[in-house]
Amino acid sequence: MENAAFLSWMAWTWPTAAFFLFIFLCLVGMSVWEYYSPGGTPRHGILGLDTTRGDRLFISLLGSAFIFLAWLGLVGTPLWGPLAIALVYAFAVFKWV
Amino acid sequence: MNKTVNQKAWFFVLPVVLLVAFNAIIPLMTVVNFSVQETFGDNMFFWAGVRWFEQVLQSDRFHAALGRQILFTAIVLLIEIPLGLAIALTMPRKGPWVSVCLVLMALPLLIPWNVVGAMWNIFALPDIGLLGRLINGLGIEYNYTRQIFSAWFTMVLMDVWHWTSLVVLLCYAGLVSIPDAYYQAAKVDGARPWAVFRYIQLPKLKYVLTIAILLRFMDSFMIYTEAVVLTGGGPGNATTFLSIDLQKIALGQFDLGPAGAMSIIYFLIILFFSWLFYTLMMKDEAR
Repeated sequence: MENAAFLSWMAWTWPTAAFFLFIFLCLVGMSVWEYYSPGGTPRHGILGLDTTRGDRLFISLLGSAFIFLAWLGLVGTPLWGPLAIALVYAFAVFKWV
Repeated sequence: MNKTVNQKAWFFVLPVVLLVAFNAIIPLMTVVNFSVQETFGDNMFFWAGVRWFEQVLQSDRFHAALGRQILFTAIVLLIEIPLGLAIALTMPRKGPWVSVCLVLMALPLLIPWNVVGAMWNIFALPDIGLLGRLINGLGIEYNYTRQIFSAWFTMVLMDVWHWTSLVVLLCYAGLVSIPDAYYQAAKVDGARPWAVFRYIQLPKLKYVLTIAILLRFMDSFMIYTEAVVLTGGGPGNATTFLSIDLQKIALGQFDLGPAGAMSIIYFLIILFFSWLFYTLMMKDEAR
């Protein structure tokens, strides 16, 4: 019962739970990737920054958040457009940054 | 060469992970949950999607508060960082005056934030406050409860008084840690004081200045207590910074949904700027 009270206080919804699960799986995925194929020393990318894979994940996630916010502020819903942009952006970050 | 693999160190990190989970991650998750729902209290929540984000991002009220916040932080950083550095450079490195200076510098930092606000509130009152009477006595019309410029002036002055010490102490610690050999070498080469500052002290202070700018950026961007006690966001909305506006929405109007959305946007802005400052300043260091 206490568990249920705790969860109702946190006001969980399925979409937000899925969101956090996605972040968690990203971290797990990165750990597994690093374990089987270590990324090695930081790489010097096109922005002139030395980044590891973890840095690139952080830049991807933070940048994606701002892509979604900018879309919501300037255009509004639906959000398929920013989703596509964010995926392309994340790919580019992992490839070149 | 084979790398030694020892994963036991992770256990030492565990307590801090648990602590951060309880004081940061769980509250943050809750805010995310609030930001997509509507509530009328009593733990009754209704799905609202991204409506609150749209509402906040497209509202003039949010844009205005964000603009004021950025302006305030920029002014405060532009004054406190050079001033703190300058004071640290003039402080004695040896002798009995060191402790006196350090204690004097630390004093403003020891005062609780609401007391700082209350002190300046009374100190700057135009009719009975020392500062207010003095400025008015000089023939300059000054009333921070009615004039926007006076309110901003008082707010900036209060923040500079309260927080420049932090920059001073950090820079001083950095300066003291520079070995004497550098200064001796500079003396042998006949370097002028400006060259000593530019090529020895400033590069050596890079890390502490990074930390000082980061701390002052985050703190001034989240300023709440002092501002709310000093002006309460007024006159009108002239000093309603993001945190004050957020508090009004969350606790004044009890709009948890929009407040949640605003908190997340606020958090992302701080996260972005902190990352940016840190990355830019550490960029050359990595090589």
